[in-house]
Amino acid sequence: MSTATIEELEATEQRALLTKARVTGAILILAGAFSAIAFGALATGQDARFTLSEDAAGAALTVHGTTGAIVFGVIAAGAGAALILGVAKRWYLWLLGIGVVAILLSFLCWQISSAPPGLNYMPLIDIARGTFNAALPLIFGALGGVLCERSGVINVAIEGQLLMGAFAGALVGTLAASAWAGLAAAAVGGLLISLLLAFFAIRYLVDQVVLGIVLNLFAVGLTGFLYERLMQTNQAQYNQPVGFPVWRIPVLADIPVIGPVLFEASIFLYLALAAVVIIHIGLFRTRWGLRTRAVGEHPTAADTVGVRVRGTRYRNVLLGGVVAGVGGAFYTLALVSQFTKNMIGGKGFIALAAMIFGRWSPTGALFAALFFGFADKLATYLGAISSPIPSQFLNMLPYLATILAVAGLVGRVRAPAADGKPYVKG
Amino acid sequence: MSEGAGAAAPGPERSGGKAPPEAPRERATHRAGSEPTFLQRFLRNIWSANTVTVTVLAIVLAMVIGAILIIVSDPEVLAAFGYFFAAPGSALRESWAVVSDAYANLLKGAIVDPAAVQGAINGTNSWELVFQSISETLTYAAPLIFTGLAVALAFRGGLFNIGAQGQAILGAIGAGVLGFALNLPLLLHMIVALIGAVFAGALWGFVPGYLKARTGAHEVITTIMLNYVALLFLSWLIIQEGIQDPGRSDAISKPVDSDSYLIDLPGPSLRANLGMVFGVLACAGVAWLLGRSTFGFELRAVGSNPDAARTAGMSVTRTYVLTMVVSGALAGLGGAALVLGTAHNLTVLVVGQIGFNGILVALLGRAKPWGVLLAALLFGALQAGGNRMQSYSGISVELVTVLQALIVLFIAAPAFVKTIFQLRAARAARLETSLAKGW
Repeated sequence: MSTATIEELEATEQRALLTKARVTGAILILAGAFSAIAFGALATGQDARFTLSEDAAGAALTVHGTTGAIVFGVIAAGAGAALILGVAKRWYLWLLGIGVVAILLSFLCWQISSAPPGLNYMPLIDIARGTFNAALPLIFGALGGVLCERSGVINVAIEGQLLMGAFAGALVGTLAASAWAGLAAAAVGGLLISLLLAFFAIRYLVDQVVLGIVLNLFAVGLTGFLYERLMQTNQAQYNQPVGFPVWRIPVLADIPVIGPVLFEASIFLYLALAAVVIIHIGLFRTRWGLRTRAVGEHPTAADTVGVRVRGTRYRNVLLGGVVAGVGGAFYTLALVSQFTKNMIGGKGFIALAAMIFGRWSPTGALFAALFFGFADKLATYLGAISSPIPSQFLNMLPYLATILAVAGLVGRVRAPAADGKPYVKG
Repeated sequence: MSEGAGAAAPGPERSGGKAPPEAPRERATHRAGSEPTFLQRFLRNIWSANTVTVTVLAIVLAMVIGAILIIVSDPEVLAAFGYFFAAPGSALRESWAVVSDAYANLLKGAIVDPAAVQGAINGTNSWELVFQSISETLTYAAPLIFTGLAVALAFRGGLFNIGAQGQAILGAIGAGVLGFALNLPLLLHMIVALIGAVFAGALWGFVPGYLKARTGAHEVITTIMLNYVALLFLSWLIIQEGIQDPGRSDAISKPVDSDSYLIDLPGPSLRANLGMVFGVLACAGVAWLLGRSTFGFELRAVGSNPDAARTAGMSVTRTYVLTMVVSGALAGLGGAALVLGTAHNLTVLVVGQIGFNGILVALLGRAKPWGVLLAALLFGALQAGGNRMQSYSGISVELVTVLQALIVLFIAAPAFVKTIFQLRAARAARLETSLAKGW
């Protein structure tokens, strides 16, 4: 490619970027203005309190309802205006972030100030905890997906891996009376589904989406069958796993808000964050990661330079199953300490959405999972303050956001080039 | 025709580790020089990896694994295995007793209970009891025909419609809401409700089709996401005033008007209804659409090679959208068959798993309309038999889900079945697995 074409490309890209920023800016201005007017009008004169605790007690940030709704709406519009005026190039993401958060705050000012008397507060620690609790299985599931798909194997079976992990964790955790044994068994449970996925996808070249769907049903059937045969009649013997305790990290846990959320949690939170970091470094800084990505993007080229394509894929798919299986154990060994039939209930597909929304990257998956987890917690919270916004519509957010993302309406997401394409040496 | 001729195994078979079958060579028959008899040919071909043999063996394999699951989850049998070496006969006998009892009830519940026939002949029970099992099988099969056809049709057009579940939910909503909101005479009401289901399902199919055609968003991702949007919408809708049953505090809609019911065909005591008849008609319709109509030709052309279809002057995007619309409409009818046929109310779980099972049915039916019909009947039979197995043998009906998943898993990997059973390569190599195309 000659220099001229590269410059041309850059020029078009800049133009495209500018229009994108302008469009985003215009949308933000409209949404901000709408928030200021609509939420401002709907909000009451009561204060909206954001308490730094799990309930109404303690220090709080207090905003006057109507004022808050209007001011935050105006801030969002301001961020939009800044985007249009062209400060965009460097500050695009920041301004977008400020705009979105301001609209959210404006919305919350309306909601909290209109809540029934005595409920005009939002307990931030409780919200953050709930966000993480909802996000944790998504993080594990999405990371499992990232590992598979970066090496070129589509993983629609995340749901099944989580479910098998949850089941195996509960069963073995009870039988062995040990949470650690449960955790190991959960990893094996996820591994089992992955094994079937890898075997049939890589060895027998079965369509991977078909496989994922079939394996999900298989997991639902198998765990449901064994649940009814073993656990239902004999809960004490098979379905009362020992859970993991909450680990409090001494000094760090005393930091306000962040401390109780991040440093006073079960092992799963630490594992999830560690997994994000490890997989991120592994994928982008190590030989293994380079090979994985090569196999996922261009297996023929990777094969030519001596990378074992099928071996790499096997390893990654199995590893992905282990990670997702551990995520399933979060339900039975930390959150509810009991297995129930089909308890994952579609979370595996939100994890899939988080992986796609996070653009097939570990950090992206983390933030997407947190965003989806927040939407989930927000729906519960709004239900608790008897908000008129139906929780079902908030729960649609992850799915709608993902549709918008793959349709290219908010930035384009792109899967690894060879994702889902079996490699046949030829 | 000698064996092996034309047995050009498709990609998956070839790479399955097995070399293509040996070049055509004369097989030594009993009397050299004479043609093999029909029986000899038949016997030789029956153990080859043709569609029927692989399907039957996949079912057998799944049943065997199911039997193992039954055994290992039965405490008493396991106890017998505890002293296996002391009394191996006892352990095996108990295993056989449990498994054969379970599968016998599966058969009785799916096809016919001999005891009921005997009773009917003796006059101790009514003849309706004899047809009870078949009626249940047909009842469970009917919605699966529609969702199976929906997935199969999209398959042939090169689209993987995972969204039959969501489209069926929308169809159920369309049929249900029109079913209790309107007040029309018999038959007309049913037709109007079915049309409502068609439009609602088609709308939910249109969205991913349009997104695919317009933006290239992969239909697998968008349809998966839309399934859950539909489910959440349904769970919101049925607790709204005017929709929710005023006499109930739980999430359930008003019952649909009895004029809109799919009429029970054999009589009120059996559940089989008009849905099955419509299902067969839909099969015929889709078979005509795919094989005889212009749209069907374009659909298949786009499905097998979109670039070639575009070069030939067909509009690939238009075909994608239309395919998804028709597919969604079919799935919507599946949801309607449940609401108008058996459930009569909208609940969160009203469509059960028919969308996901429809994918399995389509795969098992090899994406062919009449194949889908047979596959749906098999799945319906398993479901009906599973219910009896649960109540008579105490084996959870969830086992049926495992069996269904395993059957399709093996169907999707014919090379695997071929290896396990050491089958010959089939003469007509129809068993290609649909190769994945990625996101």
